[in-house]
Parts: sequence; structure tokens; C-alpha cells
Amino acid sequence: MTRLHAPDVMSPLPRAGGELIDAIQRAGLVGRGGAGFPTAVKWRAVAERSRGQAVIVVNGAEGEPQSKKDRVLMSMRPHLVLDGAFLAAHVLHARRVVLYIGERHDAARAAMLRALAERPDHDRRITSLVSAPARYVAGHEAAAIHMINEGVATPTTAPPYPFERGVDGAPTLVQNVETLAHVALVARTGMPSSTSLITMAGAVAHPGVIEVESGMTIGGAIERAGGAAASARAVLVGGYFGSWVDMQRGWNISLDPAALRQQSLGLGCGVIGVLSHGRCPVCETAGIMRYLAGESSAQCGPCFFGLRALADAVTRIAESGTNGQDLDRLRRWTVDVTGRGACRHPDGAVIFLQSSLQVFADEFARHPAHGLRRTA
Amino acid sequence: MRDRLHLTVDRIKCDGRGLCAELLPELIRLDDWGYPILANASIPEHLLPLAQRAVEDCPVLAIAIRRTAAVKQ
Repeated sequence: MTRLHAPDVMSPLPRAGGELIDAIQRAGLVGRGGAGFPTAVKWRAVAERSRGQAVIVVNGAEGEPQSKKDRVLMSMRPHLVLDGAFLAAHVLHARRVVLYIGERHDAARAAMLRALAERPDHDRRITSLVSAPARYVAGHEAAAIHMINEGVATPTTAPPYPFERGVDGAPTLVQNVETLAHVALVARTGMPSSTSLITMAGAVAHPGVIEVESGMTIGGAIERAGGAAASARAVLVGGYFGSWVDMQRGWNISLDPAALRQQSLGLGCGVIGVLSHGRCPVCETAGIMRYLAGESSAQCGPCFFGLRALADAVTRIAESGTNGQDLDRLRRWTVDVTGRGACRHPDGAVIFLQSSLQVFADEFARHPAHGLRRTA
Repeated sequence: MRDRLHLTVDRIKCDGRGLCAELLPELIRLDDWGYPILANASIPEHLLPLAQRAVEDCPVLAIAIRRTAAVKQ
């Protein structure tokens, strides 16, 4: 836990130019907001078009309900995040920096503003704050730009992509706060970032944010969080857009992007959720699907109607018991909905649901009528 | 090698009126909620006039034809 708990002081930033982008590339840094996109590629796309007009959006929206790592980082190491932001502003010749922070993340916002007040005049002059609504899609990069430009936090049709036309119509870099902190560390040390922040959620003894060395296994992270019940059936890797993995299979998988990819998994926004002992996975899945359906920004038909239909079908199985008709519908609709939104909200929800149908195939095939109350 | 032409739909503009699928069932079908699912294939020459009409007749102008550079096999 060296980095997260190190004293958060502002020190002179290392001088940086295009070589920082090369260092970021050598470090293999990928976005920590969920999409896992290579950071150097994103920076180059903006650098090529900036002409002194680029805008940096510091993405601290953290709309995923289970995730806490971004707000913990902003609260504890705000200068590290700002270091990354102003390095980006410098290297990409940006004209403006926007702190885009979740409207309910009060401690994080206060810490970031306190730290900003300690920065040099020039940094403060180009920086403004925009609050992100507490919605799942608000942290999507096109939604962030839409919010900053028009006050509406919904995704827009791409192209144009943010690096082409974003905030104020200028080339824009939208970067997750943890990614920016890693940029600051790469700039100082030249070394690849060896840690990542993980939110441990669900049935662990001590839920919360931990910093793990790359190579740590899912089981190791669970033990760091005080362990889970021996009977814990499965773990959700990557949050609500992530995938369920059977606990036995997941225990020894390393939490680094390459190892996860090999298992068709991803770190996503860095949430590891252990399925609570005694909780029915079908009912749990129904609750999360209803949440994700409700978080559709209701702009694209396949997402708005499709996720709702999927959530309803899972809920019918949860409440009234397995029926072949709904299982068939789930299989058909998960294929139909994929790739048919302006953003990847429907895709994320489908990836989650498909993993659920696979890992809990037995439970879905023989689910009794619970008549459980709705939780979401 | 010639460029390929593909149909695209602006998912936010699309209202699910379904005209496109009536004009061009070879390349467009509707999902259970009435929204178009586009075939993952380029537009064959003989269907180009109908594709053109699907673009022009869409009441919300959600359909477009995009050119993608030919990729050598």
C-alpha cells in the first residue's frame, strides 16, 4: 500500500514532453475507468490534433455503485491525480482542464478543490469543476463531454470521437483519475505502474479499497480483505459490466490485464464482488439487471427496450421459477442487443448476464419460485 | 480493389419506424421491439438502389451508407 498511503504533497512536476507518452506506452498503462484502453494511444490521438486547444477531463464520476476506489484516491492523493492532469495538459498543449467529479462524492470533491487551491496560478486559472450526476452512464466519456458542454450526461453518437471533437468542440482527453495518478507515477519514476486499486465488495470480511501489486491473485485479494466464507460460490470480476467466475476457478487467477484477458475476463472498473453466502445467484442477477436496465439513458431502442425485457425475463425466472420460454428469450435477446447502442451500456449488461447464465447454469435451469420481494 | 459500402444506423436518432426493413429485408431485420438489426455484410451491387432509398426514406434520417476502404485479403 505504498502509493495510496504515501503523503500527498505537491512537488515540482518533472519536465515532460512527447517522451512522457513513450514512457506511458513502455509502462503498458491502460485506462482504469473500465474500458482498459491503452493510454498512450489516447494521448497521441489528442496530441496530433491539439494545436493548443485540447481539453483534459479528469474523470472522477465513478458511477458504478460498487466501486469506491476513485473517490478514495481523490480523497487521499488529490495532488497525485492533479499531477497527472497537469502533465497531460502540458504534454497535450491543453487550454482547459475540467474536474468531472460525482455529485455525491463530497469528500473527494473537497479534497480535490483543496489541492487545486495549492497549485500554481496558471493551473488554477485553466481549471473548472463540473459535477457528474449519480448515474451509471455519466462516467462514459461521451456522456462526460455532453454534460460539460450541454448539461446533459448522456452518451452521444460517435463519430465524432472525443479526440476529434469534445469539450467546446476541441480535441478532448477524458481520463479516469486512477489512470492520471499512474501517469504521474510513470513521469516521476519512469517505471511501469506495478499496482492497481481494487474495490473489494460483497461477502468479504472487510469490504473497501485495497491497492494490489500486479500478479496478486483474486484469492490473495480476497484474503487481504479479510477473507470470504469457504462456501462462497462465485466472484464478480470487474463490476456490473464484468463477469461472474466460479470461486474455485477464479481463486488463482492473477489480477493483471493479460492474465485476466486469457480467461476472457477484465479488471473493468476494478470491483471484485464476492457473492454473499446464501444469496441466490439468479435473484442477485435479476436485481443487477433491473438496475442496469433502469440506468439506460433511454436514447437507443435496443438498450432501452432490450435491457428492460432481459431484466423482466430474469425477474420472472427469479420470482416464478424456471421456464424454458424465458430461458430461450434470454439466449436470443443477449445476442440481439449486443453492439446496438450508441455507447456500450447494453454490451456491458449483456456480458454480465451471459456470464451469469453460464456460471449459474444449474441454478437457472432449476430455479424454484421464490416469490422474493424486489430489491431494486 | 474497390471500397466496400456498408449500412450504418444512428442508434440515438432511430425511432424504430421499420421502413428500412420493409425496403431491404435482405440486409435489415427488426428485433422484437421493432428496431433494425443490420446484416454484417457489405451492400451487394444489385441492392444499392434499395439501400439508397432506405437512406432517403427513413423518417428520422437515421440510416446512412458508409464507405470502408477495401482490405486486401
